This record gives sequence, structure tokens and C-alpha cells, in this order.
Amino acid sequence: MTTPRARSVFLGSLPVLALVVGVVAFPLVFRNNYVQSVGATIGLYSLVALGLCLLIGYAGQVSLGHAAFYGLGAYSSAVLTTRLHWDPWLAMLVGAVLTGAVAWLVGRPTLRLHGHHLAMATLGFGIIMQIVFIEGDELTGGFGGITSIPPLRIGGLSITGDVRNFYAIWAVVVLCVMASRCLVDSRVGRALRAIHDSETAAAACGVDVSTYKVQVFVLSAVFASVAGSLYAHYITFVSPDPFSLAFSIQMLVIVIVGGSRNVWGALLGAALMTALAQQIEKTDAIKDLSDVAYGLVLVLFIVFMPAGLAGALSKGLARVRAQRADENA
Amino acid sequence: MRGQRPHRGLAVLVILLPVVVLVMWGCQPKAPTGPEPGVQPTPAEENQAATPLESGAKAPTGEPVKVGAIFSVTGNNAPLGEPEKRAAQLIQEEINAKGGVLGRPLQVIVKDDKTDTTEAVNAAKDLINTEKVCAIIGPSGTPTTMAIVPTMEEAKVPLVSCAAGMKITNPIKPYVFAVPQTDTLAVAKIIEYLKANRIEKVATIYVKDPYGESGQEQLSTHLSKAQIKILGSESYAKDDTDMTTQLTKLRGLQPQAIICWGTNPGPAHVAKGMKKLGMTMPLIQSHGVANAKFLELAADAGEGVMLPAGRLVVWEAVPDSHPQKPILKSFAEAFRAKYSKDADTFAGHAYDSLHIVISAIEAAKSTEPAKVRDALEKTKDFVGTAGVFTYTPQDHNGLTKDAFVWVKVEGGKWKLAE
Repeated sequence: MTTPRARSVFLGSLPVLALVVGVVAFPLVFRNNYVQSVGATIGLYSLVALGLCLLIGYAGQVSLGHAAFYGLGAYSSAVLTTRLHWDPWLAMLVGAVLTGAVAWLVGRPTLRLHGHHLAMATLGFGIIMQIVFIEGDELTGGFGGITSIPPLRIGGLSITGDVRNFYAIWAVVVLCVMASRCLVDSRVGRALRAIHDSETAAAACGVDVSTYKVQVFVLSAVFASVAGSLYAHYITFVSPDPFSLAFSIQMLVIVIVGGSRNVWGALLGAALMTALAQQIEKTDAIKDLSDVAYGLVLVLFIVFMPAGLAGALSKGLARVRAQRADENA
Repeated sequence: MRGQRPHRGLAVLVILLPVVVLVMWGCQPKAPTGPEPGVQPTPAEENQAATPLESGAKAPTGEPVKVGAIFSVTGNNAPLGEPEKRAAQLIQEEINAKGGVLGRPLQVIVKDDKTDTTEAVNAAKDLINTEKVCAIIGPSGTPTTMAIVPTMEEAKVPLVSCAAGMKITNPIKPYVFAVPQTDTLAVAKIIEYLKANRIEKVATIYVKDPYGESGQEQLSTHLSKAQIKILGSESYAKDDTDMTTQLTKLRGLQPQAIICWGTNPGPAHVAKGMKKLGMTMPLIQSHGVANAKFLELAADAGEGVMLPAGRLVVWEAVPDSHPQKPILKSFAEAFRAKYSKDADTFAGHAYDSLHIVISAIEAAKSTEPAKVRDALEKTKDFVGTAGVFTYTPQDHNGLTKDAFVWVKVEGGKWKLAE
């Protein structure tokens, strides 16, 4: 970043403000429960993609196992609240700590691997976790899953229905966006970007590469876990289905389309790809070719916007600014 | 660097894309208030106009009667969702050729849940809130059904599920019904056979998937109640092709019969393995293999295999005097004519759920979801493909073990063995 610090903070907070306004307004503008529930789904995906974005775009590590962390969060919440009658918030916290610990255990050995090997290791972990959800009969209910998960509560208010869940989920997303922005603009963020560009060079400059990599992996797993917990209390039912490799790939697609070198990429990608998938389903002409249409959009993005939506947007903004500067000069 | 033009175009495109998507998405048709709904006719509706009316039928007019359908057309459960979707489209054409529902055209809006619980919930909300359907049929699977149950209950729109899980209708939920024969009924039919043949010791082998686990659970519960001992149980993975290890273990226990619970192709490999090991005790399969595929896969190893089956797959063997025969014949033949494929159990589930909903709408003379629900609960002696349905406030599955016939493989064909 070459802009002066003060200006970047101001410009940086403007999108956050816009996001908050958008979030508050969305359910008021769209009164249809379906649109609200898709909005809530976008929020959940944004949260997982946000963590993945930090991992891919800033630390340069690819994970194909994030469905496992999403599932761990969802199952922790489901098991602790239905079997042990814990408070949902406490269950969410314990789920996040547990997921973080698992991510640390998985991350320590696997993050020593590079490129394909790391992707393969996380892929394997994701598949193992899905088998654990299926085989943990007594605890996880096997294929049948767990029903009647209680909703979240704030004081005397139960978070039920689409509007309340939409606000709860997006409140968490906004907080995590702010936290992520602080992180990437800090010393740690610079260290992560250094790792992304060249691990050897970063290590030569005194960056503790492996520790940072494991830490960001744990953080991204915690984001996914919290999203999973929110999902469990929103849908009130979990089964092994949604925590499959397909979900991990879907998140990866969201990050690639949105742009991984920018925190906003996660949100843009989630919004675009989820809305697009829904729209394809609603368009009779291409409904039967939904996978083809979805794939086509993905290919177009990779060819024409390798830096993703966010990348192209920031490029466009920079260009406009440069032009203004030229005119003023 | 090229000129600035293309890049600026690109930036504009980037900003426009999400906007366009959101605008398209926001422009959903409002609920039609007048007789002229502001919706473009879908290809299906245009086809309807083109379907020739049957003689003596009046062309359906007015606002369409909308029924939602959620099937797993893609994803893991595509083998279920695909025939269900086809059956639903076939029935929509048939009904409209006969003059529609309440004199209005029937419109079945099929949505694909991609075998994903999140997608299923969004699909249900779309059908309820945007399309304003009066009932939903499906989803194909038990997890997707369980995921949308809270949504249906909250919106007070009836659901007739095509999934067989016990949890769906037990405990009873006011707005949730189901059409498939349950595993419990299949087990009851098997117990009938075991009792009649004085078999007291069996061994079971099942597939590690929702279907196999549910079957194994029902077997262990109900067999012990019937004083039949399960000497041992083995499981296999969905893609396994060699079960000799498990079968050898079971052979050592000396059971009087083997009960296998799975869907193709696994159970055919069990039959082959038993033949290879020279195991001559009866092999009883579940209703999950009651189709032509099993005969083809098991070949001569299938000879003598017995199982409880819905009448649709063996419709040719059902006597003409049976009340289900006319509809089995007409549905199977129409399905074959349209798709050059045999109607399987899943196509039958779509037939049953859609026809039950249609007759409830006719009985209620209304498309108000609550009235349709009340009429659904009064469904009595409805002749479907899976059996004869009678729903009551205490029973939302509506079938008895008479929904099954006992069939045996003889000369590479299904034969009624009652």
C-alpha cells in the first residue's frame, strides 16, 4: 500500500460502514423469507470464506478440508446443546476452542508440506472427519443426524426465524471482517504476505514461517467452526451431508471468484456465487444445465479476472484515482 | 500494459455483474392477485397447452394450482431424484390432459436440492414464500426432509415426503406426511415368513449407509421381540464387491437364514459370495433391491432369493383382481412409453405423493394449505403404487405390511411367492 496511513483507514472504514448499512437494510428491503434465508446462507459462507481467504490469499496455503471445521463447529453445538443441554453460546465457544485445537494438531505436521501435498493432506483430513460424523453413532446420530437443536438466545430473546438469524449471522460476519482487516494491516499481516510471496525470503528476514502458518490455519478453522455453530442453531438439524468435500470445493470457488488477496473478496464471492446458483435454479432455460452454467462462470472469472472480483474492483478504483490525479495535475 | 479502455470496461463489468444478479433476483414475480399472473409461461406450461386433451375433458382454465416438489436431481441421491422428477412431470401432463385440478391447470414446480440440507431449506422457503404453493412433495432423502420439517411446520404448509426414515412421521408432526413403505413394515413381512417356516436363528449383513443402518436397527429391535435370534451381524462398505470375508464369519455361526439389507449393487455380491462359499440356507433381501438391476447383477446366483417388495416393480405378476393392478399397469406403461425406462420404487413415491396431494386439493375444494392439510389427514383407502393409503391423526405414513408382497427369484424373474 502506498497510500498514507490515515487515508487508508478512512477509505477502509467506508466499506465497513457500507456493509453495516447494507446488513441492517437487507431484511427491511427484502420481505420474502426465501431471500432472507439465502442472505443468511451467504453470511455463513462469507464467514468460512473469510478464514479461507486469510489462509490462501495472505499465507498462500490451500486447504481442501474446511468442511471438516465447519462440521466440527456444527456438531459440537448440536451435541453439547441437545445431549448435555448446555447454553448455545457456551457450546459455540467450546466448539471453536475444540476446532482450533484440532486444526493446530492437523496443521503442525501438514503445513510443513507444500503445494499439492498440503492440499492432499487437508483433503484426506476432510474425508476422515466426514466418516467420523457418520460413524460416531452414539454421539452424532450417524446418517440420521441430530434434530431439535435449540435456537441461540440473547437475554430473553430467542433467535428464531430468518430475520433474527440473518442479523445474528451477519453481526458475527461484520465483527470478523473488522478483526481480519486489523490483522492483515498489522505486522502479522505483512509477515503473512511475505510468506505468501516467498517462504524462503520471509524466513531470511526473520519471519517465523511455520508458527505463523499454523496460527493462521487455526484462525481460519475457528471462523469455519463459528459458522458451523450458527448454521446448527439456524437450521436446528445437522447430518453428515453438508460437511463433504463438495462444500470445501464450493468455498474454494467462492474465494477464487471473490479474490483471495483482499478480505472483501470472501464476501463478494459468497454473495455472487450463492445468488448465481439460486438464480440458475430459477431460470427454466438453464436449470437442467445448472452445473455447466456455474462452471462456465467460474472459467470466465479465472480467465478474465485472475485476481477475482475484489482484485478487479480495487484495480478499477486505483485507475479512477490515478486519472483524477492526472486531471488535477 | 494495453490501453486503459478494456480495463475500464472490465471494472464496469465487475461492478455491474453483482448488481445485475441481485436485480434479477429481486425481480421475483409477486404473488399473483388477479387472474393474470405476471409470470412468463415456462416451457412446461407451453407444453401443456400443446398436450392433446383426452376426449370428453374440458381444457383447464384460470390460475394454475401450484404444487412444489423438492427432489435430489443431482448429488448423491440423484438415482432417487431423477425418476421422481420424471414421474412428477409425466403426471402433470396426464392431469392437465384430463382437465386439471379443480378445473384449473396443475403446475408442479420442481426444485433440485442437490442432496444438500441447506439447499433443501432454501428451496422450501422459495416454494412457500415466492411461489405460494399449497403443498410440497419430496424431498427424496431423510436428512433433507428432516432439515425442512421446521420450515414446513412454521409456515403451516403440508409436506408429503418421499423419504422412508422413521423419524419423519414418528413422532407425528401436524404438517408432515410420507408415502414410502417403512423398514418396519418390510421387517414385519420378513418376520411373517420366518415364523411360517419356523426359522429361529438368523444372521444379518448390511451396507454402511443410512438405508442399511436403519434396516439393521429395525431388524435387531423387531426380531428379538418375535423371539428370533440374530447370531451375528456384519457390514460392508457401499462400493465393496467381495463379501466372502463377512460371509465366512457368518457361515461359522450356522444361521438358518441370512438377511441382507442394502441397495444395488452390494446385495448381488452377497448372493454371489454365498453361492461361491456353498452356503445353501435361504437368503432374504430387503425391498431395496426389488428391481431389474438386481436380477441382472446377481444372474444365476440370484436364484431362490426372497424379499418383501412393493407391487410396482413386480406389477406384471400382480393378479388382475388386485385393486392396485389398474394404476400400476397404467403408470408403469405410461412411464415406459415416455422415458423408455421402467418406473422404479422412487418414481412410484412421486406418483403416490403427488396424487395424494391432488386428491386432497379436490376433496378440500381449495388450495389453502391448512385446508389441504386437513384433507390429507382424511385420506382414506387411496390406491397408490406403494400400497393402499389411509392417513389418520395418529398415522401419517398410512400403509400396513400388506403394502409388501413376498417375491422370489425364479428362472431369472420375480415371482409372487404368496
